[in-house]
Amino acid sequence: MKNIAFGQYYPARSPLHALDARMKVILAILYIVCTFLCKNVFCFGALLASALLLVLCSRVPLRIILRSLRPVLFILLFTAVLNVFLTGGETELFGFWRLHVYVEGVYHAAFMMVRIVVLILTTSLFLTYTTTPIALTDAIESLLTPLRWLHVPVHEFAMMMTIALRFIPTLTEETYKIMSAQKARGVDFSHGGLIRRARALIPILIPLVVSSFRRADELAMAMECRCYRGGKGRTKMTVPHLHVYDLFALLLVVAFGAGIVWLNRQGYGYTMPR
Amino acid sequence: MKKMENRTNPENFIHAADLRCSYRDENGNRQEILHGVSFDVARGEYVAILGHNGSGKSTLAKLINGILEPDGGTLVVAGKDLASPDVTDDDIYELRRQVGMVFQNPDNQLVATLVEEDVAFGPENLGVPTAEIRQRVDAALATVGMTDYARHEPHRLSGGQKQRVAIAGILAMEPSCMILDEATAMLDPAGRREVLSTVERLNREKGITLITITHYMNEAAHADRVIVLNDGKILLEGTPAEVFAEPEKLMAAGLDVPQCTALVHGLRASGAALEGEPVTIEECADLICRAWEEKRHGDRRA
Repeated sequence: MKNIAFGQYYPARSPLHALDARMKVILAILYIVCTFLCKNVFCFGALLASALLLVLCSRVPLRIILRSLRPVLFILLFTAVLNVFLTGGETELFGFWRLHVYVEGVYHAAFMMVRIVVLILTTSLFLTYTTTPIALTDAIESLLTPLRWLHVPVHEFAMMMTIALRFIPTLTEETYKIMSAQKARGVDFSHGGLIRRARALIPILIPLVVSSFRRADELAMAMECRCYRGGKGRTKMTVPHLHVYDLFALLLVVAFGAGIVWLNRQGYGYTMPR
Repeated sequence: MKKMENRTNPENFIHAADLRCSYRDENGNRQEILHGVSFDVARGEYVAILGHNGSGKSTLAKLINGILEPDGGTLVVAGKDLASPDVTDDDIYELRRQVGMVFQNPDNQLVATLVEEDVAFGPENLGVPTAEIRQRVDAALATVGMTDYARHEPHRLSGGQKQRVAIAGILAMEPSCMILDEATAMLDPAGRREVLSTVERLNREKGITLITITHYMNEAAHADRVIVLNDGKILLEGTPAEVFAEPEKLMAAGLDVPQCTALVHGLRASGAALEGEPVTIEECADLICRAWEEKRHGDRRA
Protein backbone atom coordinates (compact mmCIF):
# COMPACT_ATOMS: atom_id res chain seq x y z
CA MET A 1 0.00 0.00 0.00
CA LYS A 2 2.94 2.31 -0.46
CA ASN A 3 1.90 3.72 -3.82
CA ILE A 4 -1.27 5.56 -2.92
CA ALA A 5 -1.36 8.77 -4.94
CA PHE A 6 -2.35 11.95 -3.17
CA GLY A 7 -5.29 13.35 -5.09
CA GLN A 8 -4.75 13.11 -8.81
CA TYR A 9 -1.64 15.21 -9.22
CA TYR A 10 0.07 14.45 -12.51
CA PRO A 11 3.76 15.38 -12.30
CA ALA A 12 4.96 17.09 -15.48
CA ARG A 13 6.68 20.24 -16.65
CA SER A 14 4.12 22.48 -18.29
CA PRO A 15 3.06 26.14 -18.35
CA LEU A 16 0.16 25.21 -16.09
CA HIS A 17 2.36 23.38 -13.56
CA ALA A 18 4.64 26.40 -13.40
CA LEU A 19 1.87 28.78 -12.36
CA ASP A 20 1.67 29.94 -8.75
CA ALA A 21 -0.91 27.85 -6.87
CA ARG A 22 -2.69 30.95 -5.57
CA MET A 23 -3.02 32.26 -9.08
CA LYS A 24 -4.42 28.92 -10.18
CA VAL A 25 -7.15 29.10 -7.53
CA ILE A 26 -8.05 32.60 -8.75
CA LEU A 27 -7.99 31.49 -12.38
CA ALA A 28 -10.21 28.52 -11.62
CA ILE A 29 -12.75 30.83 -9.99
CA LEU A 30 -12.60 33.25 -12.94
CA TYR A 31 -13.10 30.34 -15.30
CA ILE A 32 -16.19 29.23 -13.40
CA VAL A 33 -17.57 32.76 -13.76
CA CYS A 34 -16.81 32.61 -17.50
CA THR A 35 -18.73 29.36 -17.94
CA PHE A 36 -21.78 30.95 -16.35
CA LEU A 37 -21.50 34.08 -18.48
CA CYS A 38 -21.81 32.06 -21.69
CA LYS A 39 -25.18 32.41 -23.40
CA ASN A 40 -24.97 31.58 -27.11
CA VAL A 41 -23.35 29.15 -29.47
CA PHE A 42 -20.27 31.34 -30.10
CA CYS A 43 -19.53 31.61 -26.42
CA PHE A 44 -19.83 27.90 -25.76
CA GLY A 45 -17.71 27.16 -28.82
CA ALA A 46 -15.00 29.49 -27.55
CA LEU A 47 -15.31 28.00 -24.06
CA LEU A 48 -14.89 24.44 -25.25
CA ALA A 49 -11.98 25.43 -27.48
CA SER A 50 -10.23 27.22 -24.62
CA ALA A 51 -10.72 24.24 -22.32
CA LEU A 52 -9.17 21.90 -24.89
CA LEU A 53 -6.29 24.36 -25.31
CA LEU A 54 -5.74 24.25 -21.55
CA VAL A 55 -5.67 20.46 -21.64
CA LEU A 56 -2.99 20.61 -24.34
CA CYS A 57 -1.01 23.18 -22.34
CA SER A 58 -1.10 21.05 -19.18
CA ARG A 59 0.63 18.04 -20.84
CA VAL A 60 -1.69 15.78 -18.86
CA PRO A 61 -2.79 12.90 -21.13
CA LEU A 62 -6.38 13.26 -22.34
CA ARG A 63 -7.06 9.68 -21.24
CA ILE A 64 -6.41 10.63 -17.60
CA ILE A 65 -8.49 13.77 -17.82
CA LEU A 66 -11.45 11.94 -19.33
CA ARG A 67 -11.31 9.62 -16.35
CA SER A 68 -12.28 12.54 -14.09
CA LEU A 69 -15.47 12.93 -16.16
CA ARG A 70 -16.58 9.35 -15.64
CA PRO A 71 -18.23 9.90 -12.22
CA VAL A 72 -20.38 12.72 -13.62
CA LEU A 73 -21.41 10.85 -16.75
CA PHE A 74 -24.75 9.95 -15.22
CA ILE A 75 -25.49 13.51 -14.10
CA LEU A 76 -24.46 14.70 -17.54
CA LEU A 77 -26.88 12.38 -19.34
CA PHE A 78 -29.63 13.04 -16.81
CA THR A 79 -29.34 16.82 -17.29
CA ALA A 80 -29.25 16.43 -21.05
CA VAL A 81 -32.38 14.27 -21.18
CA LEU A 82 -34.28 16.55 -18.79
CA ASN A 83 -33.32 19.65 -20.73
CA VAL A 84 -34.14 18.17 -24.10
CA PHE A 85 -37.67 17.27 -23.03
CA LEU A 86 -38.52 20.02 -20.61
CA THR A 87 -37.32 23.13 -22.40
CA GLY A 88 -40.16 24.82 -24.20
CA GLY A 89 -39.71 26.69 -27.48
CA GLU A 90 -41.20 27.66 -30.80
CA THR A 91 -39.76 25.32 -33.40
CA GLU A 92 -40.88 21.80 -32.64
CA LEU A 93 -38.49 19.13 -33.86
CA PHE A 94 -40.66 16.13 -33.13
CA GLY A 95 -43.12 15.01 -30.55
CA PHE A 96 -44.93 11.94 -29.40
CA TRP A 97 -47.46 11.27 -26.69
CA ARG A 98 -47.02 14.20 -24.26
CA LEU A 99 -43.36 14.77 -24.98
CA HIS A 100 -42.24 17.49 -27.33
CA VAL A 101 -38.69 18.21 -28.37
CA TYR A 102 -37.90 21.71 -29.57
CA VAL A 103 -34.78 22.99 -31.31
CA GLU A 104 -34.25 25.31 -28.35
CA GLY A 105 -34.31 22.31 -26.03
CA VAL A 106 -31.55 20.56 -27.97
CA TYR A 107 -29.43 23.71 -27.89
CA HIS A 108 -30.11 24.19 -24.21
CA ALA A 109 -29.16 20.61 -23.40
CA ALA A 110 -25.95 20.86 -25.44
CA PHE A 111 -25.01 24.13 -23.74
CA MET A 112 -25.61 22.65 -20.29
CA MET A 113 -23.46 19.67 -21.11
CA VAL A 114 -20.61 21.83 -22.37
CA ARG A 115 -20.94 23.96 -19.26
CA ILE A 116 -20.66 20.99 -16.89
CA VAL A 117 -17.84 19.35 -18.82
CA VAL A 118 -15.80 22.57 -19.00
CA LEU A 119 -16.48 23.31 -15.34
CA ILE A 120 -15.08 19.97 -14.24
CA LEU A 121 -12.29 19.92 -16.79
CA THR A 122 -10.87 23.33 -15.91
CA THR A 123 -11.21 23.15 -12.14
CA SER A 124 -9.58 19.72 -12.02
CA LEU A 125 -6.87 20.89 -14.42
CA PHE A 126 -6.04 23.97 -12.38
CA LEU A 127 -6.53 22.57 -8.90
CA THR A 128 -5.77 18.84 -8.90
CA TYR A 129 -3.86 17.70 -11.98
CA THR A 130 -1.25 20.44 -12.01
CA THR A 131 -1.14 21.46 -8.32
CA THR A 132 0.08 19.28 -5.45
CA PRO A 133 -2.32 19.07 -2.49
CA ILE A 134 0.31 20.75 -0.30
CA ALA A 135 0.64 23.70 -2.67
CA LEU A 136 -3.13 23.90 -2.86
CA THR A 137 -3.51 23.94 0.92
CA ASP A 138 -0.87 26.66 1.23
CA ALA A 139 -2.55 28.65 -1.54
CA ILE A 140 -5.95 28.45 0.15
CA GLU A 141 -4.42 29.51 3.45
CA SER A 142 -2.67 32.41 1.82
CA LEU A 143 -5.77 33.55 -0.09
CA LEU A 144 -8.00 33.34 2.96
CA THR A 145 -5.56 35.24 5.19
CA PRO A 146 -7.65 38.46 5.02
CA LEU A 147 -10.47 36.54 6.74
CA ARG A 148 -8.38 36.51 9.91
CA TRP A 149 -9.73 39.97 10.45
CA LEU A 150 -13.13 38.38 10.92
CA HIS A 151 -11.59 35.89 13.39
CA VAL A 152 -11.86 32.99 10.95
CA PRO A 153 -9.26 30.39 12.05
CA VAL A 154 -7.58 30.25 8.64
CA HIS A 155 -4.29 28.78 9.82
CA GLU A 156 -5.99 26.10 11.89
CA PHE A 157 -8.12 25.16 8.92
CA ALA A 158 -5.06 24.81 6.67
CA MET A 159 -3.26 22.79 9.35
CA MET A 160 -6.21 20.42 9.55
CA MET A 161 -6.11 19.93 5.78
CA THR A 162 -2.36 19.24 5.85
CA ILE A 163 -2.70 16.69 8.65
CA ALA A 164 -5.61 15.03 6.85
CA LEU A 165 -3.50 14.71 3.71
CA ARG A 166 -0.56 13.42 5.72
CA PHE A 167 -2.63 10.70 7.38
CA ILE A 168 -4.63 9.42 4.39
CA PRO A 169 -1.93 6.87 3.39
CA THR A 170 -1.20 5.95 7.02
CA LEU A 171 -4.84 5.23 7.76
CA THR A 172 -5.36 3.41 4.46
CA GLU A 173 -2.48 1.13 5.33
CA GLU A 174 -3.96 0.59 8.76
CA THR A 175 -7.37 -0.23 7.27
CA TYR A 176 -5.80 -2.99 5.19
CA LYS A 177 -3.97 -4.33 8.24
CA ILE A 178 -7.19 -4.43 10.28
CA MET A 179 -9.01 -6.06 7.36
CA SER A 180 -6.39 -8.81 7.16
CA ALA A 181 -6.54 -9.27 10.91
CA GLN A 182 -10.33 -9.59 10.84
CA LYS A 183 -10.21 -11.90 7.83
CA ALA A 184 -7.83 -14.09 9.81
CA ARG A 185 -10.49 -14.21 12.51
CA GLY A 186 -13.07 -15.34 9.96
CA VAL A 187 -14.91 -12.13 9.09
CA ASP A 188 -16.29 -12.43 5.56
CA PHE A 189 -16.24 -9.21 3.52
CA SER A 190 -16.98 -10.56 0.07
CA HIS A 191 -20.19 -12.53 0.41
CA GLY A 192 -23.78 -11.80 1.22
CA GLY A 193 -26.09 -8.93 0.43
CA LEU A 194 -25.56 -5.24 0.91
CA ILE A 195 -26.64 -5.16 4.54
CA ARG A 196 -24.54 -8.18 5.41
CA ARG A 197 -21.48 -6.62 3.81
CA ALA A 198 -22.11 -3.27 5.45
CA ARG A 199 -22.30 -5.03 8.80
CA ALA A 200 -19.03 -6.78 8.11
CA LEU A 201 -17.42 -3.32 7.95
CA ILE A 202 -18.19 -2.61 11.60
CA PRO A 203 -15.28 -4.72 12.92
CA ILE A 204 -13.01 -2.63 10.66
CA LEU A 205 -14.42 0.78 11.41
CA ILE A 206 -14.43 0.52 15.19
CA PRO A 207 -10.71 -0.33 15.61
CA LEU A 208 -9.89 2.26 12.95
CA VAL A 209 -11.76 5.04 14.75
CA VAL A 210 -10.31 4.07 18.12
CA SER A 211 -6.78 4.04 16.76
CA SER A 212 -7.34 7.36 14.95
CA PHE A 213 -8.19 8.98 18.25
CA ARG A 214 -5.05 7.52 19.81
CA ARG A 215 -3.00 8.79 16.89
CA ALA A 216 -4.58 12.24 17.16
CA ASP A 217 -3.73 12.35 20.84
CA GLU A 218 -0.10 11.38 20.26
CA LEU A 219 0.26 13.74 17.31
CA ALA A 220 -1.10 16.65 19.35
CA MET A 221 1.45 15.91 22.06
CA ALA A 222 4.29 15.66 19.53
CA MET A 223 3.22 18.96 17.97
CA GLU A 224 3.12 20.70 21.33
CA CYS A 225 6.57 19.37 22.09
CA ARG A 226 7.76 21.04 18.94
CA CYS A 227 6.50 24.37 20.26
CA TYR A 228 3.32 24.51 18.18
CA ARG A 229 1.03 27.26 19.46
CA GLY A 230 -1.29 27.84 16.54
CA GLY A 231 -0.67 30.29 13.73
CA LYS A 232 0.47 33.17 15.93
CA GLY A 233 4.09 34.23 15.39
CA ARG A 234 4.68 31.43 12.93
CA THR A 235 6.99 31.82 9.96
CA LYS A 236 7.14 29.76 6.79
CA MET A 237 10.03 28.00 5.12
CA THR A 238 8.72 28.58 1.61
CA VAL A 239 7.15 31.91 0.76
CA PRO A 240 5.75 31.88 -2.79
CA HIS A 241 6.21 34.90 -5.04
CA LEU A 242 4.03 35.98 -7.92
CA HIS A 243 5.90 36.31 -11.20
CA VAL A 244 5.16 38.36 -14.32
CA TYR A 245 4.21 35.04 -15.86
CA ASP A 246 1.36 34.59 -13.34
CA LEU A 247 0.05 38.07 -14.02
CA PHE A 248 0.18 37.38 -17.75
CA ALA A 249 -1.99 34.29 -17.24
CA LEU A 250 -4.45 36.37 -15.22
CA LEU A 251 -4.58 38.96 -17.99
CA LEU A 252 -5.25 36.24 -20.54
CA VAL A 253 -8.19 34.79 -18.62
CA VAL A 254 -9.67 38.25 -17.92
CA ALA A 255 -9.38 39.06 -21.63
CA PHE A 256 -11.11 35.76 -22.37
CA GLY A 257 -13.94 36.74 -20.02
CA ALA A 258 -14.30 40.10 -21.77
CA GLY A 259 -14.39 38.26 -25.10
CA ILE A 260 -17.24 36.08 -23.80
CA VAL A 261 -19.23 39.16 -22.78
CA TRP A 262 -18.67 40.64 -26.22
CA LEU A 263 -19.70 37.41 -27.97
CA ASN A 264 -22.88 37.34 -25.88
CA ARG A 265 -23.96 40.59 -27.52
CA GLN A 266 -23.75 39.06 -31.00
CA GLY A 267 -27.27 37.66 -30.85
CA TYR A 268 -27.30 34.61 -33.05
CA GLY A 269 -29.40 31.49 -32.88
CA TYR A 270 -30.56 30.28 -29.51
CA THR A 271 -29.64 32.39 -26.51
CA MET A 272 -30.00 30.96 -23.03
CA PRO A 273 -32.59 32.81 -20.94
CA ARG A 274 -31.67 35.00 -17.96
CA MET B 1 33.63 8.92 35.80
CA LYS B 2 34.34 12.65 36.00
CA LYS B 3 30.73 13.43 35.17
CA MET B 4 29.50 11.53 38.17
CA GLU B 5 31.19 13.73 40.74
CA ASN B 6 28.79 16.64 40.49
CA ARG B 7 25.78 14.44 41.10
CA THR B 8 23.42 16.56 43.09
CA ASN B 9 24.04 20.05 41.94
CA PRO B 10 21.10 22.33 41.09
CA GLU B 11 23.33 23.91 38.45
CA ASN B 12 23.10 20.74 36.43
CA PHE B 13 21.00 20.62 33.27
CA ILE B 14 18.47 18.43 35.02
CA HIS B 15 18.23 18.28 38.80
CA ALA B 16 15.51 16.17 40.35
CA ALA B 17 15.10 15.66 44.09
CA ASP B 18 12.38 13.57 45.71
CA LEU B 19 10.33 13.94 42.53
CA ARG B 20 6.75 12.68 42.78
CA CYS B 21 4.08 12.33 40.15
CA SER B 22 0.61 10.81 40.13
CA TYR B 23 -2.45 10.60 37.93
CA ARG B 24 -6.13 9.98 38.49
CA ASP B 25 -7.36 6.57 37.37
CA GLU B 26 -10.86 5.91 35.98
CA ASN B 27 -12.34 5.77 39.47
CA GLY B 28 -10.89 9.16 40.35
CA ASN B 29 -8.35 7.74 42.78
CA ARG B 30 -4.86 9.17 42.82
CA GLN B 31 -2.25 6.68 41.68
CA GLU B 32 1.31 7.66 42.42
CA ILE B 33 3.68 6.60 39.64
CA LEU B 34 6.91 8.18 40.82
CA HIS B 35 7.58 7.86 44.55
CA GLY B 36 10.40 10.30 45.17
CA VAL B 37 13.04 10.05 42.47
CA SER B 38 16.33 11.92 42.76
CA PHE B 39 18.93 12.20 40.02
CA ASP B 40 20.97 14.73 38.09
CA VAL B 41 21.98 14.98 34.47
CA ALA B 42 24.94 17.17 33.56
CA ARG B 43 25.17 19.11 30.32
CA GLY B 44 26.43 16.95 27.46
CA GLU B 45 25.92 13.71 29.36
CA TYR B 46 24.41 10.56 27.85
CA VAL B 47 22.03 8.89 30.29
CA ALA B 48 19.94 5.80 29.67
CA ILE B 49 16.83 5.30 31.78
CA LEU B 50 15.82 1.64 31.96
CA GLY B 51 12.71 0.06 33.31
CA HIS B 52 9.97 -2.39 32.43
CA ASN B 53 6.47 -1.28 31.41
CA GLY B 54 4.80 0.74 34.12
CA SER B 55 8.04 1.49 35.96
CA GLY B 56 7.49 5.23 35.50
CA LYS B 57 10.19 5.83 32.92
CA SER B 58 7.90 7.46 30.36
CA THR B 59 6.31 9.57 33.06
CA LEU B 60 9.77 10.81 33.93
CA ALA B 61 10.40 11.84 30.32
CA LYS B 62 7.08 13.66 30.14
CA LEU B 63 7.91 15.54 33.35
CA ILE B 64 11.21 16.75 31.95
CA ASN B 65 9.43 18.08 28.87
CA GLY B 66 6.61 19.77 30.74
CA ILE B 67 3.90 17.48 29.39
CA LEU B 68 3.09 16.36 32.93
CA GLU B 69 3.36 18.40 36.10
CA PRO B 70 5.16 17.10 39.17
CA ASP B 71 3.12 16.69 42.36
CA GLY B 72 6.00 17.14 44.73
CA GLY B 73 9.73 17.46 45.09
CA THR B 74 12.05 19.50 42.92
CA LEU B 75 12.62 19.33 39.20
CA VAL B 76 14.92 21.92 37.72
CA VAL B 77 15.44 21.69 33.97
CA ALA B 78 17.66 24.24 32.21
CA GLY B 79 17.47 26.53 35.22
CA LYS B 80 13.65 26.47 35.55
CA ASP B 81 11.94 24.88 38.54
CA LEU B 82 9.05 23.00 36.98
CA ALA B 83 7.62 22.00 40.35
CA SER B 84 7.02 25.56 41.44
CA PRO B 85 3.41 26.76 41.10
CA ASP B 86 4.27 29.87 39.07
CA VAL B 87 5.45 28.09 35.93
CA THR B 88 3.85 29.87 32.97
CA ASP B 89 3.01 28.59 29.49
CA ASP B 90 5.87 30.68 28.18
CA ASP B 91 8.29 28.88 30.51
CA ILE B 92 7.10 25.54 29.12
CA TYR B 93 7.46 26.88 25.58
CA GLU B 94 11.01 27.99 26.35
CA LEU B 95 11.73 24.60 27.91
CA ARG B 96 10.50 22.68 24.87
CA ARG B 97 12.68 24.76 22.63
CA GLN B 98 15.65 23.41 24.60
CA VAL B 99 14.48 19.86 25.27
CA GLY B 100 13.37 17.98 22.18
CA MET B 101 11.51 14.71 22.41
CA VAL B 102 11.35 11.80 19.98
CA PHE B 103 8.38 9.49 20.58
CA GLN B 104 7.80 5.80 20.06
CA ASN B 105 5.53 5.73 17.02
CA PRO B 106 7.25 7.37 14.05
CA ASP B 107 3.95 7.78 12.19
CA ASN B 108 2.31 9.81 14.92
CA GLN B 109 4.89 12.56 15.18
CA LEU B 110 5.40 13.56 11.57
CA VAL B 111 3.06 16.40 10.70
CA ALA B 112 3.73 17.43 7.12
CA THR B 113 3.33 15.69 3.79
CA LEU B 114 6.97 16.22 2.76
CA VAL B 115 10.09 15.34 4.76
CA GLU B 116 11.63 18.81 4.53
CA GLU B 117 8.34 20.48 5.42
CA ASP B 118 8.15 18.34 8.52
CA VAL B 119 11.68 19.23 9.59
CA ALA B 120 10.74 22.88 9.08
CA PHE B 121 7.71 22.54 11.37
CA GLY B 122 9.62 23.24 14.62
CA PRO B 123 11.60 26.26 13.40
CA GLU B 124 8.42 27.64 11.79
CA ASN B 125 6.68 27.43 15.15
CA LEU B 126 9.58 29.28 16.76
CA GLY B 127 9.23 32.11 14.26
CA VAL B 128 12.68 31.66 12.75
CA PRO B 129 13.23 33.88 9.65
CA THR B 130 12.49 32.16 6.33
CA ALA B 131 16.06 32.08 4.99
CA GLU B 132 17.40 30.64 8.25
CA ILE B 133 14.76 27.88 8.33
CA ARG B 134 16.01 26.69 4.94
CA GLN B 135 19.60 26.53 6.27
CA ARG B 136 18.58 24.76 9.46
CA VAL B 137 16.48 22.20 7.59
CA ASP B 138 19.26 21.42 5.11
CA ALA B 139 21.83 21.14 7.92
CA ALA B 140 19.58 18.93 10.06
CA LEU B 141 18.78 16.59 7.17
CA ALA B 142 22.48 16.34 6.31
CA THR B 143 23.33 15.52 9.94
CA VAL B 144 20.93 12.57 10.05
CA GLY B 145 21.86 11.53 6.51
CA MET B 146 18.43 12.11 4.97
CA THR B 147 19.29 14.85 2.46
CA ASP B 148 18.38 12.63 -0.49
CA TYR B 149 14.90 12.15 0.91
CA ALA B 150 14.09 15.85 1.47
CA ARG B 151 11.26 15.88 -1.09
CA HIS B 152 9.89 12.43 -0.22
CA GLU B 153 6.58 11.70 1.46
CA PRO B 154 7.07 10.43 5.05
CA HIS B 155 4.84 7.37 4.58
CA ARG B 156 7.19 5.99 1.93
CA LEU B 157 10.13 5.82 4.36
CA SER B 158 11.19 2.92 6.58
CA GLY B 159 10.69 3.11 10.34
CA GLY B 160 14.33 3.97 11.00
CA GLN B 161 14.27 6.67 8.34
CA LYS B 162 11.08 8.15 9.78
CA GLN B 163 12.67 8.35 13.22
CA ARG B 164 15.74 9.99 11.72
CA VAL B 165 13.44 12.58 10.14
CA ALA B 166 11.82 13.10 13.56
CA ILE B 167 15.31 13.60 15.03
CA ALA B 168 16.12 16.10 12.26
CA GLY B 169 12.88 17.91 13.12
CA ILE B 170 14.07 18.29 16.72
CA LEU B 171 17.62 19.15 15.64
CA ALA B 172 16.38 22.01 13.45
CA MET B 173 15.08 23.65 16.64
CA GLU B 174 18.67 23.65 17.95
CA PRO B 175 17.94 22.08 21.34
CA SER B 176 20.49 21.49 24.08
CA CYS B 177 18.92 18.19 25.13
CA MET B 178 17.20 15.35 23.33
CA ILE B 179 14.97 12.72 24.93
CA LEU B 180 14.22 9.47 23.11
CA ASP B 181 11.08 8.03 24.68
CA GLU B 182 11.26 4.39 23.52
CA ALA B 183 12.03 5.77 20.08
CA THR B 184 13.45 2.46 18.91
CA ALA B 185 10.75 0.17 20.28
CA MET B 186 8.85 -0.14 17.01
CA LEU B 187 11.91 -0.56 14.79
CA ASP B 188 13.72 -3.59 13.44
CA PRO B 189 17.32 -4.17 14.62
CA ALA B 190 18.79 -2.29 11.62
CA GLY B 191 16.53 0.70 12.20
CA ARG B 192 17.36 0.63 15.91
CA ARG B 193 21.10 0.83 15.20
CA GLU B 194 20.49 3.59 12.64
CA VAL B 195 18.64 5.76 15.14
CA LEU B 196 20.91 5.12 18.12
CA SER B 197 24.14 5.73 16.23
CA THR B 198 22.68 9.01 14.93
CA VAL B 199 21.82 10.37 18.37
CA GLU B 200 25.01 9.06 19.96
CA ARG B 201 27.00 10.91 17.32
CA LEU B 202 25.04 14.11 18.05
CA ASN B 203 25.84 13.67 21.73
CA ARG B 204 29.56 13.22 21.03
CA GLU B 205 30.00 15.83 18.32
CA LYS B 206 27.53 18.57 19.21
CA GLY B 207 27.48 18.04 22.96
CA ILE B 208 23.70 17.60 23.01
CA THR B 209 22.58 16.10 26.31
CA LEU B 210 21.05 12.75 25.49
CA ILE B 211 18.49 10.83 27.52
CA THR B 212 17.28 7.54 26.10
CA ILE B 213 14.37 5.73 27.69
CA THR B 214 14.16 2.06 26.88
CA HIS B 215 13.64 -1.44 28.13
CA TYR B 216 16.30 -2.94 25.89
CA MET B 217 19.39 -3.45 28.03
CA ASN B 218 21.70 -3.57 25.03
CA GLU B 219 20.79 -0.01 24.10
CA ALA B 220 22.08 1.27 27.40
CA ALA B 221 25.57 -0.16 26.83
CA HIS B 222 27.00 2.99 25.22
CA ALA B 223 25.56 5.44 27.77
CA ASP B 224 27.73 7.37 30.25
CA ARG B 225 25.34 6.43 32.99
CA VAL B 226 22.38 4.13 33.46
CA ILE B 227 19.44 4.71 35.78
CA VAL B 228 17.22 1.70 36.42
CA LEU B 229 13.68 2.48 37.52
CA ASN B 230 11.45 -0.05 39.21
CA ASP B 231 7.93 0.74 40.43
CA GLY B 232 8.55 4.46 40.51
CA LYS B 233 11.84 4.30 42.39
CA ILE B 234 15.46 4.29 41.36
CA LEU B 235 16.75 0.76 41.77
CA LEU B 236 20.26 1.08 40.40
CA GLU B 237 22.41 3.88 39.11
CA GLY B 238 25.91 3.85 37.66
CA THR B 239 27.98 3.15 34.58
CA PRO B 240 26.67 0.38 32.31
CA ALA B 241 29.38 -1.98 33.63
CA GLU B 242 28.39 -1.30 37.24
CA VAL B 243 24.70 -1.75 36.57
CA PHE B 244 25.08 -4.87 34.43
CA ALA B 245 27.17 -6.44 37.18
CA GLU B 246 24.01 -6.97 39.21
CA PRO B 247 21.96 -9.39 37.13
CA GLU B 248 19.88 -10.57 40.09
CA LYS B 249 18.60 -7.06 40.81
CA LEU B 250 17.90 -6.43 37.16
CA MET B 251 15.93 -9.63 36.86
CA ALA B 252 13.97 -8.74 39.97
CA ALA B 253 13.03 -5.47 38.25
CA GLY B 254 11.59 -7.43 35.34
CA LEU B 255 14.44 -6.55 32.99
CA ASP B 256 16.36 -8.93 30.82
CA VAL B 257 20.04 -9.08 31.52
CA PRO B 258 22.08 -8.25 28.42
CA GLN B 259 23.20 -11.41 26.64
CA CYS B 260 26.90 -10.67 27.22
CA THR B 261 26.40 -10.24 30.93
CA ALA B 262 24.33 -13.41 31.15
CA LEU B 263 26.99 -15.33 29.25
CA VAL B 264 29.90 -14.08 31.37
CA HIS B 265 28.02 -14.68 34.62
CA GLY B 266 27.06 -18.16 33.45
CA LEU B 267 30.64 -19.01 32.52
CA ARG B 268 31.91 -17.68 35.82
CA ALA B 269 29.35 -19.75 37.72
CA SER B 270 30.69 -22.85 35.99
CA GLY B 271 34.22 -22.06 37.06
CA ALA B 272 35.74 -19.94 34.27
CA ALA B 273 38.20 -17.29 35.41
CA LEU B 274 36.78 -14.18 33.77
CA GLU B 275 37.59 -10.76 35.08
CA GLY B 276 35.71 -7.51 34.47
CA GLU B 277 32.22 -6.66 33.22
CA PRO B 278 31.95 -6.60 29.45
CA VAL B 279 29.23 -4.27 28.19
CA THR B 280 29.38 -4.60 24.45
CA ILE B 281 29.53 -7.76 22.34
CA GLU B 282 33.10 -6.89 21.22
CA GLU B 283 34.34 -6.52 24.78
CA CYS B 284 32.70 -9.79 25.72
CA ALA B 285 34.28 -11.64 22.78
CA ASP B 286 37.68 -10.14 23.67
CA LEU B 287 37.38 -11.20 27.28
CA ILE B 288 36.44 -14.77 26.47
CA CYS B 289 39.19 -15.08 23.85
CA ARG B 290 41.80 -13.81 26.28
CA ALA B 291 40.64 -16.20 28.99
CA TRP B 292 40.67 -19.04 26.44
CA GLU B 293 44.26 -18.21 25.35
CA GLU B 294 45.46 -18.01 28.96
CA LYS B 295 43.83 -21.31 29.79
CA ARG B 296 45.47 -22.99 26.76
CA HIS B 297 48.92 -21.59 27.67
CA GLY B 298 48.40 -22.73 31.25
CA ASP B 299 47.43 -26.25 30.13
CA ARG B 300 50.48 -26.49 27.84
CA ARG B 301 52.83 -25.44 30.64
CA ALA B 302 51.32 -28.02 32.94
